[in-house]
Amino acid sequence: MASHPVAETLPGGHAESGHDIHRIRKTAMWVFLGSECLFFGAMIATFLLYRNSTGDGPGPEIFDIPFTSASSFVLLMSSLTMVLAHDAFERGDSRQARVWLGGTALLGSTFLAGQIFEFTEFIHEGLTLPTSPFASSFYMLTGFHGIHVAVGVMLLMAMFILSLNGRLYDDRGLNVELVGLYWHFVDIVWIVIFTVVYLLQVL
Amino acid sequence: MTTDDTAHLPAARTYWMIAAVLFVVTAIEVAIAYVERLADLVAPMLIILGAIKFGIVVAFFMHLKFEKPLMKSLFLIGVAGAIILFIVVLATFRAL
Repeated sequence: MASHPVAETLPGGHAESGHDIHRIRKTAMWVFLGSECLFFGAMIATFLLYRNSTGDGPGPEIFDIPFTSASSFVLLMSSLTMVLAHDAFERGDSRQARVWLGGTALLGSTFLAGQIFEFTEFIHEGLTLPTSPFASSFYMLTGFHGIHVAVGVMLLMAMFILSLNGRLYDDRGLNVELVGLYWHFVDIVWIVIFTVVYLLQVL
Repeated sequence: MTTDDTAHLPAARTYWMIAAVLFVVTAIEVAIAYVERLADLVAPMLIILGAIKFGIVVAFFMHLKFEKPLMKSLFLIGVAGAIILFIVVLATFRAL
């Protein structure tokens, strides 16, 4: 995502140093996201190793693809609302940015609610964490992704509250652009999980 | 509020169009997963469609397409590392 003119908001700061700080933060975020790719890559590889180790427990046949497709759609659309929030932020329209940030948090919460419902259904069908290596790797992967979504929702809500206080452009706190990068990353991880863990396993 | 960095970013209308494309690709993914006639082709098709969605979100929503080479490298090294890790782990345990 492109940079915002944070230099204007740095208290007593030099214009160029403000821009540099923003660059450093953004670079750090890209490094973090690159390392997260390795983290989720390892988790997905582990799941694929154990995908057939279901023991006496249920396997991928219990996946509800229509339901998960709807959840995927919700998360995908949250990426749209997030980029629209960033767009409004860049235009200086804090009211519209607030609306899109709130919408993104709502869609993220809906996805989380769907995941909790899905886990509850699976547990009722006998797929618990210690049931089998398949179950353990599935819950670890999707659970860690869910934790990432929950952190994203909290960051979005913090941004929303900052916008209510008129501090959306305050560079001392969070930044819409960086939170947006994190949120889109959570979305692309789910794109991979939905394809590899759900769709490919029910074939 | 626009800086030199943001001047070339897509307009809001473009984001809506990209979202529509993502929706259509997702619908195609789900649909072909149920087509028995395509049994042998479904897996590669799903992987290709997933990669397209991944690329679209990274390029346009994360704006990596418009970023400087350093930022692109930092992220793409992570993605490449994940793919290599993936292949090495699965090959080691003969799960490919």
